[in-house]
Amino acid sequence: MKLNNIELTFENFANEMAKLKNEKHFDYLVTIIGEDFGEEGLGCIYILENTQNNERCSVRTIAKKVDGSDVIPTVTNLWKAADLLEREVFDFVGIKFLGHPDMRRLFLRTDFVGHPLRKDFDMSPEANKFPLTDEPEDDFTVEYSLDKDGHLVETKHRLFEEDEYVVNIGPNHPSTHGVLRLQTVIDGETVKRIYPHLGYIHRGIEKMWEGMTYPQTLALTDRLNYLSAMMHRHALVGVIEEAMGIELSDRIRYIRTIMDELQRIDSHLLFLGCTAQDLGALTAFLYCMRDREHVLNVMEETTGGRLIMNYYRIGGLQADIDPNFVDNTKKLCKYLRPKIQEYLDVFGDNVITHKRLEGVGPMDKENCINYAVTGPAGRAAGWKNDTRKRHPYDCYDKVNWEEITMTGCDSMDRYYVHIKELYQSLDIIEQLIDNIPEGEYYIKQKPIIKVPEGQWYFSVEGASGEFGVYLDSRGDKSPYRMKMRPMGLTLAGALDPMLRGQKIADLITTGAAIDFVIPDLDR
Amino acid sequence: MFDFSNVTIWFDALLRQTLGLGDFWSILIECILVGVLILAGYAILAICLIFMERKVCAYFQCRLGPMRVGPWGIFQVFADVLKMLIKEIFTVDKADKLLYFVAPFLVIIASVGTFSFLPWNNGAEVLNFNVGVFLLTAVSSIGVVGIFLAGWASNNKYSVVSAMRGAVQLISYEMSLGLCLITAVILTGTMQVSGIVEAQVGPWNWLIFKGHVPAIIAFLVFLVAGNAEANRGPFDLAEAESELTAGYHTEYSGMGFGFYYLAEYLNLFVVSGIATTVFLGGWAPVNIGIEGFDGIMNLIPGIVWFLGKTFAVVWLLMWVRWTFPRLRIDQILKLEWKYLMPLCLINLVLMTIIVAFGWHF
Repeated sequence: MKLNNIELTFENFANEMAKLKNEKHFDYLVTIIGEDFGEEGLGCIYILENTQNNERCSVRTIAKKVDGSDVIPTVTNLWKAADLLEREVFDFVGIKFLGHPDMRRLFLRTDFVGHPLRKDFDMSPEANKFPLTDEPEDDFTVEYSLDKDGHLVETKHRLFEEDEYVVNIGPNHPSTHGVLRLQTVIDGETVKRIYPHLGYIHRGIEKMWEGMTYPQTLALTDRLNYLSAMMHRHALVGVIEEAMGIELSDRIRYIRTIMDELQRIDSHLLFLGCTAQDLGALTAFLYCMRDREHVLNVMEETTGGRLIMNYYRIGGLQADIDPNFVDNTKKLCKYLRPKIQEYLDVFGDNVITHKRLEGVGPMDKENCINYAVTGPAGRAAGWKNDTRKRHPYDCYDKVNWEEITMTGCDSMDRYYVHIKELYQSLDIIEQLIDNIPEGEYYIKQKPIIKVPEGQWYFSVEGASGEFGVYLDSRGDKSPYRMKMRPMGLTLAGALDPMLRGQKIADLITTGAAIDFVIPDLDR
Repeated sequence: MFDFSNVTIWFDALLRQTLGLGDFWSILIECILVGVLILAGYAILAICLIFMERKVCAYFQCRLGPMRVGPWGIFQVFADVLKMLIKEIFTVDKADKLLYFVAPFLVIIASVGTFSFLPWNNGAEVLNFNVGVFLLTAVSSIGVVGIFLAGWASNNKYSVVSAMRGAVQLISYEMSLGLCLITAVILTGTMQVSGIVEAQVGPWNWLIFKGHVPAIIAFLVFLVAGNAEANRGPFDLAEAESELTAGYHTEYSGMGFGFYYLAEYLNLFVVSGIATTVFLGGWAPVNIGIEGFDGIMNLIPGIVWFLGKTFAVVWLLMWVRWTFPRLRIDQILKLEWKYLMPLCLINLVLMTIIVAFGWHF
């Protein structure tokens, strides 16, 4: 989607945003992009979506300079998902959001100097030495607001009470699926509050992209959620191709759809396994891993990779499909169908599993939209948020499939959504696999790829939510600003409201059921 | 059937009469010998059980398990033990050092203590008091203290949560465990371990047959509660590696950890052993009342019967362990206090009525 931004000023920003949300029903905040617009100063682009008719719009506002700081009013009162998103903008660009209750850094260390995504950030190694001290921990957070004279004032809030029992779940913990740190206040076994701390595997991919040519940027996407490598790459090549106006051949579209679905099966199988393992059922985990091998084998034959696929590129695919690909994929589909029932037999339909998952980590549809909980977790609450249906790309509007939604709003239904999506992916693959048309697998591009000026956003349905890439091009051979909408960030932000008052074991269960992968979340 | 007491009486006579040693020396030598045998048996069984667990779980999970060290991986456990023995033992800063070091010994004492009650063969009971079953439950509850102290003394927040869970769970399930044993005591009329087994010699005399409905209920509840007592899945939430890393023994290394590891497996064996002793006839062979068949069965030594039945129960518990997901703490307590314990109490009354009216076989 090419962005036609609604421009708002500091003065009318809060009112207009409230109008967009309340009157025009733009209730899903897709992402906030903090950007250094150069001459114009720092600013943000908000991508919003109307969940009733899937209309998207984007809003741009330039931060106002107050006492040397750049400020924008917060939108956390309208969209809860803005909590972590605004903290990310503060961290990388240094815009202070007025009225945000918890304006701390999100990814970088608390003692980091500067804001790396500003264009004037000093990238020299001398200025960015590796710190050899422990990261300081503060018991306080700040809220910024303007007093009546228009000056910036800081209000401190306590994060923890004196006698609270605070446990760090993570960063190194078997069930956080990576290095996520959840600072959890517990009372006996009951969770009172969760503060997510991110950035333990933050690699600054967005900053690195700004110094790379477009073909170079591709290599990094596979390192995000390594279980959605294809989808991540798909979103990135998608946004570049859309900006350049490249028409793909049908063969490319078919193969990309099939590969995306294979990858989804791979990811969902691992999800089923990990949920079982987090609940202590190691056997079910290994059953899923066993069958995941078969999926990887099929993909490996064509792409050469099992985790890092490196398959899509701007204008098509790295290579044509393997001669055996069609046969192997068909065999795989035939093999997998009965196995899914086996996972249910050994784990999913077990009475203990039901007891452990039902009513755990509940979040209803309204909150899911408000917290931008996309993917299977949102669909388990009845929110039709599948990007493949909302904004169809490639072959998804040609194949016959129904979006899966459930109404349980809890972890059990999240599990079942994954199970049903496995069948759905198999259905989609089986519809396409016999009909891959002949044609080019790669549309020849110029050696140096330049994208015309403008801003674009393109999103695909990753394994655990909407994954989108925003591209701001100034006509160069490298992007001016690229920003991802990771699948897991808003999911991590929703953990706290889901889990207050639940047990420690439920935290692990919910973490497994909403299926975030930390490299994707930290980027 | 071969009576092992022949051997013990002969050995006692050897020391006292042939060698002319006094009371003090003969008892001392006998105690040391029995102690060494118990510890040796404990260690050998631990190795067997660890190996068995690894292979059983591997086959449940479509894997092969250890295959590299020795043929079929049979030396894997020895390598593990060696590794554990030579590992550095360290403590955490600000840990309560005394309690930290004492805790694993409490666990192992409880484990060896209950292990000593098992009747291996006719006449081969080690601890054979007239209040045997009562004492057995008393000794086994020392283990809770070890788990609780370990969690508390480690100065680790995960460990404290785990200690809390462990204590709550073990104390709760001891209720059911005790009640199940009492059900059996009512039927046999004795608390002595040897007496309970002897009451089961003969055709269809195993308590699970003799006591029919209440005995079967007691047996099943005993397995559930015993599994919880042994801290094994689906009741392993004190360890809960996906929630609390390793729970109360997170901060232990080397043999400190080794003791917990040993105790876990031996507790599994002890629970199965007690279930065998009390409900499945201990060393008593299968007798069905047909003379030829019974005669052949009686030729098989009692220790084979005992170990065979115990390992069958162990296998059953491993099957459960590697199939079910873990319960949550509130569910575990609900299961015990709302379902199992009332069931046990009703079962106890039922058994009393059956015994009083002689309705058992």
